[in-house]
Amino acid sequence: MHALRAFWAITWRELLRFVHQRGRFVAALVRPLVWLFIFAAGFRATLGIAVTPPYQTYILYEEYITPGLTGMILLFNGMQSSLSMVYDREMGSMRVLLTAPLPRWYLLSCKLLASTFVSALQAYVFLAIAWAYGVQPPPLGYLKALPALILGGLMLGALGMLLSSFIRQLENFAGVMNFVIFPMFFLSTALYPLWRLQESSPLLATLASYNPFSQAVELIRFALYGQIHLYALLYTSVSMAAFLLLAVWGYHPARGLTAARRG
Amino acid sequence: MNLALEVENLSFAYGPKKALDEVSFAVPQGVCTILLGPNGAGKTTLFNLITRLFDSPTGTIRIAGFDHLRRPNQALARMGVVFQQPTLDLDLTVEQNLRYFAALHGLSRKQAGSRVGEELERFDLVPYRKSKVRALSGGYRRRVEIARALLHRPKLLLLDEPTVGLDIPSRKALVDHVHGLASEGIGVLWATHLLDEVEAGDQLIILHRGRIRAIGCVTEVIERLAVTSLSEAFQVLTKEAA
Repeated sequence: MHALRAFWAITWRELLRFVHQRGRFVAALVRPLVWLFIFAAGFRATLGIAVTPPYQTYILYEEYITPGLTGMILLFNGMQSSLSMVYDREMGSMRVLLTAPLPRWYLLSCKLLASTFVSALQAYVFLAIAWAYGVQPPPLGYLKALPALILGGLMLGALGMLLSSFIRQLENFAGVMNFVIFPMFFLSTALYPLWRLQESSPLLATLASYNPFSQAVELIRFALYGQIHLYALLYTSVSMAAFLLLAVWGYHPARGLTAARRG
Repeated sequence: MNLALEVENLSFAYGPKKALDEVSFAVPQGVCTILLGPNGAGKTTLFNLITRLFDSPTGTIRIAGFDHLRRPNQALARMGVVFQQPTLDLDLTVEQNLRYFAALHGLSRKQAGSRVGEELERFDLVPYRKSKVRALSGGYRRRVEIARALLHRPKLLLLDEPTVGLDIPSRKALVDHVHGLASEGIGVLWATHLLDEVEAGDQLIILHRGRIRAIGCVTEVIERLAVTSLSEAFQVLTKEAA
């Protein structure tokens, strides 16, 4: 009962914070929309997409990158919430959370799940705008995408949490952009299918196929079209479990907080 | 006398630098214990260990009799903390902040509602119940943090330099408030480097360079050192080891 109460409180706090930080919400939405409206329009002619599963017909580039951009929302939010944990840890609200009389792994998991809910909410707002723009997967796909969005969001959030527990210099977002977000995003199937990448560089294609973000994007892409991509599901789940375990280990009291200050 | 906190042979090092060296003391319930030390004495490290942000490989910590390592949840449940840095959500209201904390400590909605009401009353915060924390002054924010730390009725209240950044009247009010709490039966451990926050009936622990230099009630410490005032005693003890 206590555990459940704490979980609701953490989720509720995350939602309240989200409501109060409208600027952050708009920014998180503008980013993928710029890609959809401008980038995808510009590249529509250059990047023709052949018929590849889960698509049953030729599709426009906009349609191809929509799941990738949904993944982008999860990626940015995952990293941002990891940064806010570094900030929180300095500012202290993370301390308040970690002194609650519950197992630390549980508290961290609750925090992760709560911020993933918020990410999924944003992803749906983006998908709604994309729908109005003409990217219209089958209606049932939206429902089936929910578990994929949650799993993908958890995996990326756990990665962010892992980074926040180990890397002290994560405090500025530019560093994370350059060293984590950009490589993960561009070296994935978010913007181009693997076979396209294969044509120009087999090495890059191999790296992209091992990128957990690629697998999360494929999981979302297939789910949006009503299909389960089993390999992507397994790959994302295993990555999530591994990142979470390492993050919990990173936050273990015996290791100390990496950013702990002397006094 | 019931002990709110027992610390035995606690040591901690950041790499080769020893931050705490064989520290042992106890905080009884109903007494305000002041942990006095200059900056860098090891106060914050000690607080981080007691609040279990990290563990020490040596020594033991017991809160209201519960061993920190073996029964961490029971120990944490009996402790309220006011951290040195502000920990309230500025965009949430006073009540939302308090309810969040109450839920983390497992209080039901109803219980939380009545406890929040009681604590707000105790700290004269009732008119600010629905105010956003951002709108409150530093002194009031600190009061909210103390009210929050008491919601789950802890046996031990830890305060890590809570008056930093407050003006003189707010500081005085806070010192009085906390001394009042101790007289209600809570064990208080208050870390500070400001001598004027100490009152005559307090228990004193002087920490310097990671080691306890003196422990006892204020008058005892002054007598033992054959000096005339606390500030003189503090100077002698922290100079001696430098």
